[in-house]
Amino acid sequence: MTLLTGWGRTAPTVARVARPRSSEEVAELVRRASERGVVPRGLGRAYGDAAQNAGGLVLDCTGLTTWSLDESTGLVTAGAGISLHDLMTALVSKGWFVPVTPGTRHVTVGGAVAADVHGKNHHVDSSFGAHVRSLTLVTADGGSRTVTPADELFWATVGGMGLTGVIVEAVFQCVPIETSRVRVDVERTRDLDHTLETMTATDDRYRYTVAWIDLLASGARLGRSVLTRGDHASRAELPRGTEPLAFAPRTRLKAPPWAPNGLLNPLTVRAFNEAWYRKSRPATGLIQEIGPFFHPLDFVEGWNRVYGSNGFVQYQFVVPFGQEATLRRIVSRLSAEGVVSFLTVLKRFGPGTPGMLSFPMPGWTLALDIPAGRVGLARLLREFDEWVMEAGGRLYLAKDSRMSAQALATMYPRLDEWRKIRDEADQGGVFRSDLARRLAL
Amino acid sequence: MKNALGSVDTVLLLGGRSEIGLAIVERLVRDGARKVVLASRDPGETPPVIGAAEVHLLEFDASAPETHGEVVEAAAKLVGDLDVIIPAFGVLGSQEAYDADPVAAARAVAVNYGGHVSMGLFAARRLREQGHGTLVVLSSVAGIRVRRANFVYGSAKAGLDGFAQGLGDAVHGSGARVMVVRPGFVVGRMTKGMSPAPLSSTPGQVADAVVAGLRSGAEVVWVPGALRAMFAVMRVLPRAVWRRMPR
Repeated sequence: MTLLTGWGRTAPTVARVARPRSSEEVAELVRRASERGVVPRGLGRAYGDAAQNAGGLVLDCTGLTTWSLDESTGLVTAGAGISLHDLMTALVSKGWFVPVTPGTRHVTVGGAVAADVHGKNHHVDSSFGAHVRSLTLVTADGGSRTVTPADELFWATVGGMGLTGVIVEAVFQCVPIETSRVRVDVERTRDLDHTLETMTATDDRYRYTVAWIDLLASGARLGRSVLTRGDHASRAELPRGTEPLAFAPRTRLKAPPWAPNGLLNPLTVRAFNEAWYRKSRPATGLIQEIGPFFHPLDFVEGWNRVYGSNGFVQYQFVVPFGQEATLRRIVSRLSAEGVVSFLTVLKRFGPGTPGMLSFPMPGWTLALDIPAGRVGLARLLREFDEWVMEAGGRLYLAKDSRMSAQALATMYPRLDEWRKIRDEADQGGVFRSDLARRLAL
Repeated sequence: MKNALGSVDTVLLLGGRSEIGLAIVERLVRDGARKVVLASRDPGETPPVIGAAEVHLLEFDASAPETHGEVVEAAAKLVGDLDVIIPAFGVLGSQEAYDADPVAAARAVAVNYGGHVSMGLFAARRLREQGHGTLVVLSSVAGIRVRRANFVYGSAKAGLDGFAQGLGDAVHGSGARVMVVRPGFVVGRMTKGMSPAPLSSTPGQVADAVVAGLRSGAEVVWVPGALRAMFAVMRVLPRAVWRRMPR
């Protein structure tokens, strides 16, 4: 029996963990599941309880690591348990890059599909599911089924948080790259309006864009941001003598195994934010490696421990274009309350996928992390939930660890459609997670 | 399921008329609990719980341990996983009455201690199977050092406190948790007509402390907190002094 939490290290529960090495072993474990059910788990990067199953079975899928690349087309066939980190390590030197990468490379392919993850290229390339050609699932009866974007079950699985079957393999399209570097422009904005204007006006010139917001800045500087935007660099743009496809990301720091609660407080976070803002000098044409550009937090191993034993919650919402007032309202409130968020990230989303529980939709998404011990946090976030709902927005299930079942039903209008397909695929309710119980999925 | 910020979804209250128990349930519902099961001797007299999406009533006899397992299972059948289980039944009774009627004393102890043992074990079994959930045990400072003035009641609470600590250690690592609550004198229906002792509290204050303890994952909660220091001293007072405690 193992005590499991998500990346936010909150709400631990106990489950039996098995680590299958093949889809046959997955099928055998699913067939033998108890009434407490089964849920697959990857590298545990979902912040909440998505890959926990109290009293039941959790399948650690990180043993499913076979993969192959069709070098002529860039189609990759990957076991669900291989991480984007391992894939990049293998693919980049061959001139291919994953179609979408979230803020960490340490997620599995299965997790990327189940959460339909997005990255800095969402406004151009949509989310991970948009690049998947087929999925092989171990179904509730222990059988095997391959689905494509023509199948309803495919779109119930993309963003379906592992509740429609165990993804054992995915085929997806990678993108060709000339170099392993990114040509980056850095810009600082004065305030939130300036940030939104700049992103609206010029995001489409770049494949990858993101804004980091200084939430502790207030008054006239409220919402001041650092915009980091870039494209894969061409060979001609690299300095002479650079190995064009070199990829050797390093973890340079390791977070201590424990940290006191309250280490991240308004004082330390304000200092960090100020330093970050100043350090990010405007520049154009910077040549950066993949690691620092896409995955700055992977630089510190186990950074989630910095929040202490109380853990932290991620709050990520999206509101449609035209609902900027809600975004402004939430940012002002966060600033007024002095909410400590280490890294607050704003991103402009493009079109979503047909995934019924997929998070992204055209609009603005803001992600922040907050120490869980903060007094009054539950009430504050419930209030934000209301505002997000009124604006027609939603929260991201891979980040959520505290929303209510009622809110979920309002935010995801296609929930019943998803349930119908899930119920057909899993009549006995074999696939269960703590998230599914909490949100009555 | 308990969420990241300590809000729960389902609550089982045993002793559905207990003031402290209901005050806890009220707060949990305010914090987002949707489903409540109230089990009591006479479900017809159970007061309403405002705001819960579902309230279920069950019949429950604290003095019949052979039925306790069924009550827990029935509650789980109604609402699914039980996030918080609160056995809040018990009788106070006066020491004089117990002196006069030893059989009544034995019966009271059977409920105050024995009833909680069977209920606690059945509840813990369920929570272990679920792999999560908290059993709230309402102990009392009366059991931390038993006083002459109410030693029948105090001795049952002493037994209960020891049982709850042992149970908490036994389920450690299973996902289930046991939280021991040690209020002082609680001003309420149960203590009507008695004059409050120092550091007394109201059922609402006890409930606030319980909810805060559930959030933080506390193993022991003293209400008010100052009683912890006070009893560190009380515990080591010489017997000759303790014996003279007026009440």
